Amino acid sequence: MHATAEIATVSGLSLSQRLIAGVLALFLGLVLIGGVGFASDMAIHNGAHDTRHALGFPCH
Amino acid sequence: MKLFQRIFFAAVLSGLAAGLAMSALQQWKVAPLILVAEAYEAAAPAHEHADAAARADGHVHGPEAWAPQDGLERTSFTVLANLLTSIGFALLLAAMSVLSGIGITARNGALWGLGGFIAFQLAPAVGLPPELPGMAAAELGARQLWWWGTALSTGAGLLAVAKFRNSAATGLAVLLILAPHIIGAPQLAAEHASAVPALLASGFAAATLATSAVFWLLSGPLLGWFSDRFARHEAHSSRASPAVTG
Repeated sequence: MHATAEIATVSGLSLSQRLIAGVLALFLGLVLIGGVGFASDMAIHNGAHDTRHALGFPCH
Repeated sequence: MKLFQRIFFAAVLSGLAAGLAMSALQQWKVAPLILVAEAYEAAAPAHEHADAAARADGHVHGPEAWAPQDGLERTSFTVLANLLTSIGFALLLAAMSVLSGIGITARNGALWGLGGFIAFQLAPAVGLPPELPGMAAAELGARQLWWWGTALSTGAGLLAVAKFRNSAATGLAVLLILAPHIIGAPQLAAEHASAVPALLASGFAAATLATSAVFWLLSGPLLGWFSDRFARHEAHSSRASPAVTG
């Protein structure tokens, strides 16, 4: 049961399918975290200020 | 594209749920400490010259820049930023799962979450303790670079152990996890007076690590649960129409 779910999740797929989906998800994730946590724009900084401090991102 | 849709929706749903839970804990235990620290920051007379080195990059709360009003507006923007970050972290977990070929399930999700917590919260916090407003720190760009380097290096080390489970991978992982701390996080050259009391700062560090630990330990299993569900759903529909391949 556990093993079949795992196979269905990733290993039954071709390498290129996994590469495309994985790189796309990686890119989106980095854009979100970079934008909210690291962008130097002052308006973004002020809006996301408490999130940056609460998640331990370097802020000031 | 089927696979991407599946992991995208699993990441969005698990990120939203775990991010909402984290936001509630954060408003309860973390946000009040930030407000207290801001009162100290505003009252500090030595603000300009003590922090001059840290703020040489011009990264100051200028009066001209937009900022949310304290109260509901500020809380709403914080929750929004939390949710976007949570979805981002869930997407990174999902990406690592797909690229490494190590499935994420409801059962092993807590281990994935623990890995995320160690890579993105605990290891960076060892060199750069979570900061309150008003605490002096080294130059921002250098700290951001060290933060990313530490998260990536620690994450790569943990993935290497999970993937290969042999002594060579374990040795490499020890090196990758220790390297950022041997290099050392950027520090101020001299002791700078902080406007924030030490007890407030240490309480803040503990509260942020605790809330983010809850976030990661929810996020991992939820991502696994949604991934399981979507994969099983797809397996059912492809069995019903075997001519269609994913």
